[in-house]
Amino acid sequence: MDGFTPEGLLYLVATFLFILGIKRLSKVRTARSGNQLAAIGMLLAIVVTLVSPEGGVDLGWTTVAVGLILGGLVGGVLAKRVEMTGMPELVALFNGFGGLASTFVAVTEFWGRFGNVDIGTPVDAAGDVVLGGSVWAIAIVLSVLIGTVTFTGSLIAMGKLSGKISGNPVILPGRHLITAVLLIGGIVAGVYGTFYCEGNTAVMMVGLLALGAGLFGIISVLPIGGADMPVVVSLLNSYSGLAASMAGFVIGNSLLIVAGALVGAAGLILTMVMCKAMNRSLGNVLIGGFGGDAPAAGGGGADEYTGVKSAGPEEAAMILEAATSVIFIPGYGMAVAQAQHIVKELGEEMEKRGAEVRYAIHPVAGRMPGHMNVLLAESDVPYEQLWELERINGDFKTTDVTVIIGANDVVNPEAIENPQSPIAGMPILNAHESGTVLMIKRSLSAGYAGIKNPLFERDNTYMCFGDGKAFIVDVVNELKEA
Amino acid sequence: MILLLMLFVFMLAIAVGNELISKVPPTLHTPLMSGANAVSGITIVGALMCAQFTDGLPSQVLGVIAIALATINVVGGFMVTDRMLAMFSSKKKKEGK
Repeated sequence: MDGFTPEGLLYLVATFLFILGIKRLSKVRTARSGNQLAAIGMLLAIVVTLVSPEGGVDLGWTTVAVGLILGGLVGGVLAKRVEMTGMPELVALFNGFGGLASTFVAVTEFWGRFGNVDIGTPVDAAGDVVLGGSVWAIAIVLSVLIGTVTFTGSLIAMGKLSGKISGNPVILPGRHLITAVLLIGGIVAGVYGTFYCEGNTAVMMVGLLALGAGLFGIISVLPIGGADMPVVVSLLNSYSGLAASMAGFVIGNSLLIVAGALVGAAGLILTMVMCKAMNRSLGNVLIGGFGGDAPAAGGGGADEYTGVKSAGPEEAAMILEAATSVIFIPGYGMAVAQAQHIVKELGEEMEKRGAEVRYAIHPVAGRMPGHMNVLLAESDVPYEQLWELERINGDFKTTDVTVIIGANDVVNPEAIENPQSPIAGMPILNAHESGTVLMIKRSLSAGYAGIKNPLFERDNTYMCFGDGKAFIVDVVNELKEA
Repeated sequence: MILLLMLFVFMLAIAVGNELISKVPPTLHTPLMSGANAVSGITIVGALMCAQFTDGLPSQVLGVIAIALATINVVGGFMVTDRMLAMFSSKKKKEGK
């Protein structure tokens, strides 16, 4: 496989394109071309594999054609149809598929050599030359393990993101014991199967490994609250890369090893960045039990608040009319209400009136990092109006009005004022420092962290109850009439 | 020896990935996650190479599924990333980082 062959060189080119592509993906100006370069690298890798004597001659062409066409159609249609708000779920789903594919690669390779298909036939696999028994076996165990955990974990994450599965932590009694048993049992079965068994028994043992890993994935993600799903998706993204990398060791292909490892590192770094933004450790997130859709025990119900002031669209419009500087803080609620276009319209209306308009983006607002940027970009908000937390946080003091649309925990002053709070130390947008806060929200319910937000009852806060989109439409109409 | 080389390659790739990703502005995190996810669909090459073992019905089915799943990941992943990034680039507004 890794001899000095034309296809080996072309794989090298593909690897280079992946690295270059990811590099360019990290700058706004070059991101799109980076993605295209990576896609070209992938196309190159696929074509080379199809025509190379290693794979090409023996390929079952029907198998390949059916798989490629089916996958291409499904992937293409899903990608074209998805709403911007549904993006996180789709990425989770794609990710799960990638993980499962890696599992299948390892299982198929294993089956091909040790399975019930003509055990006596020496299979002339490329990997045979490169990798001997035990390393090969370990690689199989790892890629089945990681690939399957990625798959089931991603499906649960997708379910939680789309609301099909409760976003609340689901805590099973004795779950740490159960997960430990599943994981260790699975690995033992896998190692036993790959090292000591042949034929059907071996395949069955690997099946047990997959079963254990699959259940482990489900039970590990279930207790994690909806608010932490972005971190989970990001981590699982890292896993799917590692699974591909391990599959590379299984079949002795350095392209898989490199590309998989790149993604593995990428996902892990991104995961760390997200944990840091929430001031939590990765271990703390994974242990779970934190945050859900509904207020957790001791969380904020409407009755806990006193002295809340509310404002209708008319009052809100009057407050905005007098403002010379406005900061918008979007949250997941804006995505749910599909309010990004009308928010932009309101921003433009304010600019027409000579006000300075900016958008403050909290790193973990929404369900994925950058979720808000994507939505606001969709509605053509100029890029230079989007400000990151560190750059804008000092400016709230001098801002007349802050409009919060469907965000909650990311503006909760408890994080800096109450060291006992579960979110103590989490960086927040200092909306409470601005002259007036308009908080557009459906109710006084708690956010994902499930805790009370004292910002609701501050003197300078007006709660604007209602659907984000409908409310802002009314405000814009009021402003235009005035 | 070849195994050792492969482990070297693995380690270096991790190091490179580490460096590349640590410098990404938050704006691009979602597209990056999605793009990186598409790259992890490289397992499609493994799926294609494994298709040579498809001499029994069960493994043939497994092979088709593996190729289809990986293709969904690759095609869908790159397309969805492009859709997201198209929205950024249509602004033609640039800001170094």
